[in-house]
Amino acid sequence: MKILVPVKRVIDFNVKVRVKGDGSGVDLANVKMSMNPFDEVAVEEALRLKEAGVADEIVVVSIGVKQAQDVLRTAMAMGADRAILVVAADDVHQDIEPLAVAKILAAVAKEEQPGLIIAGKQAIDNDMNATGQMLAALLGWGQATFASEVKIEDGKARVTREVDGGLQVIEVKLPAIITADLRLNEPRYASLPNIMKAKKKPLDEKTPADYGVDVTPRLTAVKTSEPPVRKAGVKVASVDELVTKLKETGVI
Amino acid sequence: MDFGLSDEQRMIVETTRAFVETELMPHELEVERSGVLRDELRLELQGKAIEAGLYAANMPEEVGGAGLDTLSWLLYEKELGKTSYALHWNTVCRPSNILMACEGEQRDRYLLPAVRGERHDCQALTEPGAGSDLRGMKTSARADGDDFILNGTKHFISHADTADFAIVWVATGEEDSPRGRRALITAFLVDKGTPGFTVREGYRNVSHRGYPNSILEFDDCRLPKGQILGELHKGFEVAGQWLGATRLQVASTCLGRAERALALATEYAAQRRQFGQQIGKFQGVSFKLADMATELKAAELLTREAAWKYDQGTVTEADMAMAKLKATEALAMIADEAIQIHGGMGLMDELPLERIWRDARVERIWEGTSEIQRHIISREMLRPLGG
Ligand SMILES: Cc1cc2nc3c(=O)[nH]c(=O)nc-3n(C[C@H](O)[C@H](O)[C@H](O)COP(=O)(O)OP(=O)(O)OC[C@H]3O[C@@H](n4cnc5c(N)ncnc54)[C@H](O)[C@@H]3O)c2cc1C
Repeated sequence: MKILVPVKRVIDFNVKVRVKGDGSGVDLANVKMSMNPFDEVAVEEALRLKEAGVADEIVVVSIGVKQAQDVLRTAMAMGADRAILVVAADDVHQDIEPLAVAKILAAVAKEEQPGLIIAGKQAIDNDMNATGQMLAALLGWGQATFASEVKIEDGKARVTREVDGGLQVIEVKLPAIITADLRLNEPRYASLPNIMKAKKKPLDEKTPADYGVDVTPRLTAVKTSEPPVRKAGVKVASVDELVTKLKETGVI
Repeated sequence: MDFGLSDEQRMIVETTRAFVETELMPHELEVERSGVLRDELRLELQGKAIEAGLYAANMPEEVGGAGLDTLSWLLYEKELGKTSYALHWNTVCRPSNILMACEGEQRDRYLLPAVRGERHDCQALTEPGAGSDLRGMKTSARADGDDFILNGTKHFISHADTADFAIVWVATGEEDSPRGRRALITAFLVDKGTPGFTVREGYRNVSHRGYPNSILEFDDCRLPKGQILGELHKGFEVAGQWLGATRLQVASTCLGRAERALALATEYAAQRRQFGQQIGKFQGVSFKLADMATELKAAELLTREAAWKYDQGTVTEADMAMAKLKATEALAMIADEAIQIHGGMGLMDELPLERIWRDARVERIWEGTSEIQRHIISREMLRPLGG
């Protein structure tokens, strides 16, 4: 079975995000970018399925700017077999919307015929949490989102989902789409020998036009602003002092 | 000339950095406060390093290493260098490159097990009477049939306590040279447990806690000639062939620590307030940061250029000496100023700065003192003029 894993290049989770001066978005110039952490989990899960003999090939795909090849190389250094880069934007500030991404992924899936697609549950930049679901709808496949455990047997995926208030176990027929939650696994380090080998793995470059998809934005971002700055707190020495302070400030 | 990193180099940095930050740094305080790296922890971390594919990455691919070019290898060294020697050297081991000189069954007994993490080496050149002047060494081996019999003492030998075998340089004769009689030197592989070979506890020193040095004693220690590494009387040649880049490794680990100290100092200057403003707004502080960053960059560029030339086959002794000299001295300056910017807090062991400052001291002494590096550089300048 082949597994397709979409991966997105996003602002690194360690970077202190700054809004551009004109409020038109987040400043991404000269900022460290990395693979979306949820996608790293998805890659890891695919690798584990391959190591367990369930899958025999892992194809990673990224849609975005040319620099997204960084995250594809990283995925191949972790162990993915080959990569597809769909160059859909020139400007790092241009985000491709979930529907366009899902349409491209659906076209890639038709070409590649994977038995399973594992995606991250959301990208940490825009937190849309939509691509996996839209892709399932476009392909007419089953979906198991927010996975914290995955078992593949008899042409089915048994997926434990993290939902409000607990865990839910569902079964979906393959081919299907699974979206990964952080607790699904702990991604491995790309080993140095594998990093050196990744150089020789194939990376195909495509455009949205190759798949007949229009990536023109449908949404307009009206304004981006920083969250309000929290006021500095005070330290209290005892519970009594805490209660007094809370009363003073009118909280209780 | 391209100063950027390739995709592979960027990933090597990311992987090594992530490993150092998540697996090694959390143990720093324990090692510094106790002065030891517990065996149990050492083995656990070594296991993780092997699993993560970081172990022995300096070695060529055909013997199980990562097969990195020199610049990539040094980027890995720089990230490892950010934490303490005890934590990176004894866990993410880099077997001595000189083991590539192993031949025949030496490969199975020393080289390959070292790359797999089953055996550990140490290197013994220095003696109480022979430091910078290594050719003055007194430890000797005399031939006895097909065997050699070693006598003498080595000191300051790093990680000999946990090593399984030592690579030992000894005098095996004398020859005439333009500047008079000089010793002929041979390198031997000596297993721990060989009769007549003792490893004794060495001195306590200010740098690199948990990374001890030992005293090695040879008392009629008999070795078959198959224990010679390289050729008889060619001990310095084999060292020259394989250990040349060790000075760049020292330079790189220093760059790592200097970068960490500078990052801490920059953050502190932006956050600490005195006299109603950030201390970084005082020129007395901000100019320090500018000088530290400039020194660091200069040292890094020297090191990278030497690495690049190493792979081109055009590197000179002076190139490597300059990189080692500049990086070790830049680290000393940056560590000291980082503490100054932190005020009293810089001296407290909750921050890694006092350790970086102590650890910086040995770097200007081992692998050739700063004076010896200057000697090498100036000799290369003056020799063509008959100097
Ligand atoms: C912690 C530690 C670990 C070590 N680990 C190892 C190891 O694993 N294996 C190993 O073999 N060695 C090791 N060494 C030894 C190290 O390489 C030597 O300390 C170093 O080469 C200097 O030798 P020395 O200490 O005998 O100083 P000396 O050579 O006695 O030098 C004393 C002073 O004289 C100066 N000097 C000497 N000659 C000249 C000259 N020609 N021109 C100008 N100045 C000169 C020196 O620069 C220095 O300032 C270690 C040392 C330390 C401190």
